[in-house]
Amino acid sequence: MAKSPSLFTATFRRDLLLAFRHKGEMINPLVFFLIAISMIPLGLGPDKELLMRIAPGILWVMALLATLLSLDNLFRSDFDDGTLEQLLISPHPLYLSMLAKVLAYWIATGLPLMLMSPLLGVMLSLPSGAFIALCSSLLIGTAAMSLIGAVGAALTVGLRKGGLLISLIVMPLYVPILIFGASAVAEAAQGNPFTMQLAVLGAILIMALLLAPLATAGALRVSVNG
Amino acid sequence: MNWQWFHRLGSPRWFYEKTDAWVPWLIIFAWGLLLTGTIWGLGFAPMDAKQKDSYRILYVHAPVAFISMACYYLMAIAGAIGLIWKMKLPYMVMKSAAPIGFAFTVIVLATGSIWGRPTWGTWWEWDGRMTSYLVLSFLYLGVIALQNAFQSRDTADKASAILALVGTVNIPIIYKSVDWWYTLHQPATLKLVGKSTIHVSMLYPLFTMIAGFYVFFTLVLILFTRTEILRRESKTQWVKDLAAGNARKEEVAQ
Amino acid sequence: MKFQFESLDAFLTMGGHGPFVWASYVLVYIIIIYLTLSPLLAKKAFLKQQKKLLQLQKALQSNS
Repeated sequence: MAKSPSLFTATFRRDLLLAFRHKGEMINPLVFFLIAISMIPLGLGPDKELLMRIAPGILWVMALLATLLSLDNLFRSDFDDGTLEQLLISPHPLYLSMLAKVLAYWIATGLPLMLMSPLLGVMLSLPSGAFIALCSSLLIGTAAMSLIGAVGAALTVGLRKGGLLISLIVMPLYVPILIFGASAVAEAAQGNPFTMQLAVLGAILIMALLLAPLATAGALRVSVNG
Repeated sequence: MNWQWFHRLGSPRWFYEKTDAWVPWLIIFAWGLLLTGTIWGLGFAPMDAKQKDSYRILYVHAPVAFISMACYYLMAIAGAIGLIWKMKLPYMVMKSAAPIGFAFTVIVLATGSIWGRPTWGTWWEWDGRMTSYLVLSFLYLGVIALQNAFQSRDTADKASAILALVGTVNIPIIYKSVDWWYTLHQPATLKLVGKSTIHVSMLYPLFTMIAGFYVFFTLVLILFTRTEILRRESKTQWVKDLAAGNARKEEVAQ
Repeated sequence: MKFQFESLDAFLTMGGHGPFVWASYVLVYIIIIYLTLSPLLAKKAFLKQQKKLLQLQKALQSNS
């Protein structure tokens, strides 16, 4: 038991290091986020009033799609080189190592997405009052989405062409996060309080923290042994 | 306590032979109830004062809506039993439940949107209930897609069981959040259809249809499972005997 | 309990709501008929295929 925290930090540091070595994989979802958001005014016209009204929803939907893009990479390389099997047969609790992996993944993908969102908010002329809501809701939301998405990634890691399938099985599970995240930003844009939405997002995150790593661990056992 | 019945339940052959006698009766009961309820609901139930005759869609919409939700839980429970006790039969039930549940959500969405035309004036309304069922149909599609993606049947079973369980935890949250989302965005014009008081004579055909759809669901689940059993046990002697027996019967007929 | 409509025509049109009601019921019946028949037909096809397989195996054994 005394050793499991060290496995946690070791996994965490290793994954983070790997993520920063493969900068392309880290940057691609961000570029997608940027380009996809730029497509919106091109499709709808540069009407500021309209953009302002749809910005909260569009920003959240695009952020959600961007997180889906990198999910397939979460376990892929570890599965290919056998690291996953090592983790599975190690005596340490799988729950903690899964948590470490997801945390590293979130720092490498979710956090940059959230840091970039204000810039895109400016492009969509989001009202200035909504930026704090946008960042804080994305901060909690991307963490919850990483945890839930990890289950999908673990289920499909044994498949050669798992990429599209992940989106298919994970997207319906993101529905509550999207609803409350986008609503927080929309309320803030109108000058209303948004603490309730953040509280619900926080509750979803806590539930995901408790349950998702367990499901991820179970799914990996199935995928790797099968 | 005697656990023999429980282990028997895990035997596909026992299930197949046991349900052999049930199927004709279930067909008679299910279709009898459904046809009675349909005729009753279409022709003999009194007209609703507010929604006029279009409320008669309720008789096929509401029972299916309820069962399509219950079916997801049944699928997840079957998957959990399969994972915990490592039995073969629950996985087959789980695999069979997915397409049935999906077909039921299609019924709910289609009848709901047809119903929406005379009541709300649109074919599709992002109403809270309808949106929940749309998401539910996506959850079914996910399980079906995952089930079909794997080469190994064992992996496919376990993986989709885990997905179904994850979905089960999510369904109440999805349901609540979509409900909240709808009350937030609900346009005032849609509130014009008030609550109608349901007359008792409208309820009898509804109960008939609910019972009918429950028996029908049981029947179809058993039929799908039986086919799945044959496919998976095709290498076993009893299925070979069954096929050979069929063959012999036809030879005699010729 | 009595039949609610005065004529067959009234039953079919249902005061303008007929097309919607009938479309719903027809759709539901198409789906439930399909759900009932498809496993039965699949089972029949499977047994037929297995029967052929068995005959083929028998023929192979008697030839060798």
